[in-house]
Amino acid sequence: MKNTALTHIHEQLGAKMVPFAGFNMPVQYEGVKAEHETVRTAVGVFDVSHMGEFLLEGPNALGLIQKISSNDASKLAIGDAQYACMPNEEGGIVDDLLIYRVKEELYLLVVNASNIEKDWNWIEKHNDLNVAMKNLSDVYSLLAIQGPKTIEALQSLTSVDLTAIPFYKFVVGDFAGIEHVIISATGYTGAGGFEIYCKNDEVAQVWDKVFEAGKEFGIKPIGLAARDTLRLEMGYCLYGNDINDTTSPIEAGLGWVTKFNKDFINKENILAQKENGVSKKLVGFEIVDKGIARHDYPIVDADGNEIGIVTSGTMSPSLNKAIGLGYVTTENSKIGDEIYIEVRKKQIKAKVVKLPFYKG
Amino acid sequence: MNFPQELKYTKDHEWVKVEGDLVVIGITDFAQSELGDIVYVDVDTLDETIDANEVFGSVEAVKTVSDLFMPITGEVIEFNDELEDEPEVVNEDPYGKGWMIKVKPNNIEDIQDLLDAEAYKELIGA
Repeated sequence: MKNTALTHIHEQLGAKMVPFAGFNMPVQYEGVKAEHETVRTAVGVFDVSHMGEFLLEGPNALGLIQKISSNDASKLAIGDAQYACMPNEEGGIVDDLLIYRVKEELYLLVVNASNIEKDWNWIEKHNDLNVAMKNLSDVYSLLAIQGPKTIEALQSLTSVDLTAIPFYKFVVGDFAGIEHVIISATGYTGAGGFEIYCKNDEVAQVWDKVFEAGKEFGIKPIGLAARDTLRLEMGYCLYGNDINDTTSPIEAGLGWVTKFNKDFINKENILAQKENGVSKKLVGFEIVDKGIARHDYPIVDADGNEIGIVTSGTMSPSLNKAIGLGYVTTENSKIGDEIYIEVRKKQIKAKVVKLPFYKG
Repeated sequence: MNFPQELKYTKDHEWVKVEGDLVVIGITDFAQSELGDIVYVDVDTLDETIDANEVFGSVEAVKTVSDLFMPITGEVIEFNDELEDEPEVVNEDPYGKGWMIKVKPNNIEDIQDLLDAEAYKELIGA
């Protein structure tokens, strides 16, 4: 089991620690509902240093990224970030990731902790143009500082004008007394804010200064449980739950990050899916009856015929409704369609709704 | 964490309190703390006779769901309706307002087989 550079701080704060993707991670501090609320209304800090970071450098770096990524990285200017997935050859997804263009020929790829080794091997396997690859996952830490008061809370820590970083752009600058920190206007909560990348031996100082500066704005540490409820309210996919090696980007609703104006792995099959349609789709649903859907619960129609499976489900703290994501057959995937979730042998009514669940 | 002396406990983290010829059942302080914020208590076994160690309902927290097990064989004669609107009282007051069901036991002597507070504390390492 790996620790992050901040594990001792989480333990001091009384966090409940759980194993996640091979890391000892804080799942909650004061409680998932309170932490969720903090991020929606003020500002919260997540230690997500378990995430993986790869650097790809050289004249062929863009070519390699274009091959492995569903999205069009040629659109990235220096200082841009892009969400994408890596399709595999069998129609599924190796991982979803963020791609940052740091310099002319230098890109940072940020991948899920559970997939670091798989992704590295996958990219290396397709690196036939000898792009220089560096795995910085064990050297870099990542803090997600999220919520409507993030800019106010952090501005005193940097000479970079935080109001001038648009969504999905980033700046490399000074932050909390450290140089060359990546300040990225990205996140997984829908609450706004930044993701801060720095080295492991710098992150404790960053954490301390962030909490000092954020104190008057009600800043709090946030665990993985609230990270999950926040992302689910936005309808964001979680790899391993909603997408995996067997789900296609089109089925998963990731058509918007799948660009057919360039070549990439398995493009022909995915294009055929887009043109001919798919037999199942990932949808958002709200439970109409009482109960909560959970990962792997069956989805059935009014007659009890199995039509799909739940991939994520929770009680939404912001909406106070039970919500979820799941794959259903395409004929049951329209907004407003009535579906039923099998919860402990009972069938509870739900309806397909538009994403995101939480509209701010 | 609090484990009242006058209660009996199960290895599945329920508590049992004798009230005349009935028993009141809920989940322990440890259980509510492990589950986190509780959002729904689902008991659909009212008026049914359930064997010891069988499921009488489930408790849904934000993050997870857990089955509720009968500590002793008996008939479920009452469900705490207050939990419909305020499931969070299970977190706030697990041994009081957060009680879940009242049961008419087949044999009240069965409670002697349950854990006392000391044995339960030992079980959870408290």
